[in-house]
Amino acid sequence: MSSRRLLLTRSAAVIGSASVGLLLPEIVRAQGAKVRVGFMLPYTGTFAQLGAAIENGFRMAVNEQGGKLGGREIEYFKVDDESDPPKGIENANKLVLRDKVDVLVGTVHSGVQMGIQKVARDTGVLSLIPNAGVHAATRSLCAPNVFRASFANSQPTRALGKVMVDRGHKKAVWITWKYAAGDEAFEGFKEGYTAAGGTIVKELGLPFPQVEFQALLTEIAALRPDAVACMFAGGGAAKFIRDYAAAGLKGRIPLYGSGFLTEGVLDAAGPAADGIITTLHYSDSLDTPRNKKFRLEYAKAFRSQPDVYAVQGYDTGLLLVQGANAVKGDLSNKAALYKSMRGAVIDSPRGKWTMSASHNPIQDIYVRQVENKENKVIGVAAKALADSGAGCKMT
Amino acid sequence: MSAQQSNLEVLPTSIKLVLGMGLVALLAFPFVGTPFYTEMVTRMMIMAIFAMSLDLLQGVTGLVSLGHAAYFGLAGYALAFLTPQGEAVSLWWTLPVAVLASGLAALIIGFFVVRTHGIYFIMVTMAFAQMVYYVFFDNRALGGSDGLYVNFKPSAAIFGWVPFDLDSKRTLYYFTLGALLLTYLFLRRLLFSPFGRTLSGIRVNEHRMRAMGYGVFGYKLAAFTVAGALAGLAGYLWGTQTGYINPELMGFHMSAHAIMMVILGGMGNFAGAIVGAFAFEYLLHVFKDLPQVGSINLGKHWQLWMGLFIVLLVTFAPRGILGLFEKFMKRKGTDHE
Amino acid sequence: MDFPQFLIQLLNSVQYGLLLFMLAAGLTLIFGIMGVVNLAHGSFYMLGAYLAWSLSAAFGSLTLAILVGAVLAVAFGLALEWLLFRHFYKRSHLDQVLLTFGLIYIFEELRSIIWGDDVHGVTIPALLSASIPLTENLSYPVYRLFMSGVCIALAIGLYLLISKTRLGMKIRAGAFNRDMAESLGVNIKLIHATVFALGVGLAAVAGMIAAPIASVYPNMGSQVLIMCFVVVVIGGIGSVRGALIAALLVGLVDTFGKVLLPSMAGMLVYMLMAAVLLWKPEGLFKQ
Repeated sequence: MSSRRLLLTRSAAVIGSASVGLLLPEIVRAQGAKVRVGFMLPYTGTFAQLGAAIENGFRMAVNEQGGKLGGREIEYFKVDDESDPPKGIENANKLVLRDKVDVLVGTVHSGVQMGIQKVARDTGVLSLIPNAGVHAATRSLCAPNVFRASFANSQPTRALGKVMVDRGHKKAVWITWKYAAGDEAFEGFKEGYTAAGGTIVKELGLPFPQVEFQALLTEIAALRPDAVACMFAGGGAAKFIRDYAAAGLKGRIPLYGSGFLTEGVLDAAGPAADGIITTLHYSDSLDTPRNKKFRLEYAKAFRSQPDVYAVQGYDTGLLLVQGANAVKGDLSNKAALYKSMRGAVIDSPRGKWTMSASHNPIQDIYVRQVENKENKVIGVAAKALADSGAGCKMT
Repeated sequence: MSAQQSNLEVLPTSIKLVLGMGLVALLAFPFVGTPFYTEMVTRMMIMAIFAMSLDLLQGVTGLVSLGHAAYFGLAGYALAFLTPQGEAVSLWWTLPVAVLASGLAALIIGFFVVRTHGIYFIMVTMAFAQMVYYVFFDNRALGGSDGLYVNFKPSAAIFGWVPFDLDSKRTLYYFTLGALLLTYLFLRRLLFSPFGRTLSGIRVNEHRMRAMGYGVFGYKLAAFTVAGALAGLAGYLWGTQTGYINPELMGFHMSAHAIMMVILGGMGNFAGAIVGAFAFEYLLHVFKDLPQVGSINLGKHWQLWMGLFIVLLVTFAPRGILGLFEKFMKRKGTDHE
Repeated sequence: MDFPQFLIQLLNSVQYGLLLFMLAAGLTLIFGIMGVVNLAHGSFYMLGAYLAWSLSAAFGSLTLAILVGAVLAVAFGLALEWLLFRHFYKRSHLDQVLLTFGLIYIFEELRSIIWGDDVHGVTIPALLSASIPLTENLSYPVYRLFMSGVCIALAIGLYLLISKTRLGMKIRAGAFNRDMAESLGVNIKLIHATVFALGVGLAAVAGMIAAPIASVYPNMGSQVLIMCFVVVVIGGIGSVRGALIAALLVGLVDTFGKVLLPSMAGMLVYMLMAAVLLWKPEGLFKQ
């Protein structure tokens, strides 16, 4: 055979098989009686731990409730969203259009969530948010098929203000990263703090995701506020806590924050974190039978301690099970499904919570203080706190 | 410092035949593929336009830009700003405006950037792209870190008559395919025009060109601008298709991916850019969907396979897929029908 | 801003700048001497930080961890040079960009497999964990002073190495004209391997020393990488002196920018770089 003919036949084979390769999954997966649940979570990158915790929590909830949704078996699909916003829509479509999931569970990063939100609104797929606190998802962009089982960015910080004023800290400096989540957390803090009679001396921000805090810590020292309130998370939070202490501010100017400041980083932050007071909708040390049971079971199943992300994943699972049971597994009965989820009462390790009209949790916010690498609950900052849902056209 | 390789510019018949077959496959695809894959191939075609724009700069003129994604994203933002909340905007004027916006940005930034050389050029293009990135990331008014929606796809209506509806996945596919073909033909003509020949000359030996009296700065700036404008075309199509624009579209990773696509396919002839874009996206798809083998989830570690592939590619096949093809053909060249 | 505050912010700038210098020095050496662009430099920094964490946990002592870690990092650098980089000295910058970009992916994934994805902390040795009070509210951590001291010692060491030793002379000769130096009997292969390993070692040690205050977490390399490149470009590629001046400049602009112009803080350093390149298209101290 001549080289040219050989080449042509081989190229045709390559192009042909590539096309078939793209089509094959479509042919193989026939429609069955199983409910298709799709996870769109970060399995690589900075938030990989969070993605793993959420999935663990979700599966645990479903398995505890019998391993089925409304009597139907479950088939899981997974997509790694890499916390990469430009790929958000593409990845969501992989689950919704290619794998034809009935439920999309995701995600952690707000920018990616915006992509999912668009797909959810365009396709009407049931979308459950196990973490991303971006306001728009349950405000201006709310939708009947979108439910959040975690929090809105301003909820934890909205409860913080009164806690600080009650402890006599009426003049505060706020510091965070300059990005949407930071802005939204500030919105909540400002509202709560000023309503309780506090004054915000200065609002400091540094570019995301920079972690060189020295310049701003010096600024804080010069301003001499009663206290500092902040929102940081992950590696940056650990560094901030350590830098704050090393700059001698710990003990001189009390540090408060959104609970994410001390979630998952207490090992890395060490003794520098002792005494920090934060507000969050959960705490590891919550002394209730429900929480204790959950932590025991989780540790047994996954050989690691659960955190707020695992709880949120767990609650997402509980929410879906409740909804699926109410419609006896017929997820196409959307009216009844949404009604059931809208009226759900979730018996969560964080305490019982209900769904607001814009599909965000109405939940208690706890006051926690760090003591020996643990977030000890020292009170309740706010009971049944709801997000305003301003701009949501469903309410 | 770098050795200038002579590019594969005139495509041998064998490659032309393969490209032709590819075109036929692309034309037929929407009739065989599902909506999901039609959308995926549309996206690959958009990336191919983006890659071709970079090829003009990198493959032909020899200017390696680590900030090309800035012009890609800018056009997307232009579309997002021009589209009102409640209705669609007209395709016929927003497309040129977006492309011009990207071109203008490239012209302005190029003016600063083109005077540098070699590694400095690479770094300074990256720096300017980072600046543009931060302008959008830091400003809520421009969408901030959460980005902007394009609520409605541009409408093709002309005084009431609607020739086609971009809301249909299939129509958008063919529209993009048309844009791809036009861009390819335009760039091919440009390659063999006096302008294109000058650019190639600059790549091979800039000093010689200057000594011969060519205004090298002006030519490089022109290439930079045209490349930026074409990246804008791709960005506009991306905004149309996905309806969501985010600062990360202008980020370092996007720029790096563009470079990889161009190199993967083979530089300097635009066909390679198309091949590279498709191959790159397809490879990512394959690596991420790898199955579980025993206790190891191969798909989860896709970054490892991707990294290994890139390293192997650059070590053994630096002239990309078309380069390998060409080598293979040369070796078999003694066979006659 | 009053005068004491200004001084403290100056101190902050210098300390940050010195750390950047330590990272940038390795990068500029590798580039200046061998002409290799290395996007994976941030990964070496990350490697150092993770080594510091796991070794100090194993040995119970950060100092020992740094010593052992430095040796490991240099060995790794030598292996990497022999296996890959040495074949890329004559290749185009583009190929090098691509190679090192692929390496970033590989290192990131290997890190995830070996050390996991959690955030970790490294304890500051007790000897250095105090803070010096500067004002009634603000103290300065002794450890940061220690870090700055190490960076200065390093700067002096590098200067002495390159300009006052025979090795330094050979390195400079090799950078100036490789073939000539080789024909004069200089073992260029060995020189290149040494310089590369030195660069990797510098980055890794920077990561190890910074680990106690920086924390150890995924993607920590990419954040410093871009800053590092900005410093090298401003300073002039191949110039260690340029890297020092540029690093201090970047430290100044970044620190004071955050305080005085917070709305533009993210862009200021890039604007600085653009301005420098407009004035001197090949950096401040071109070789």
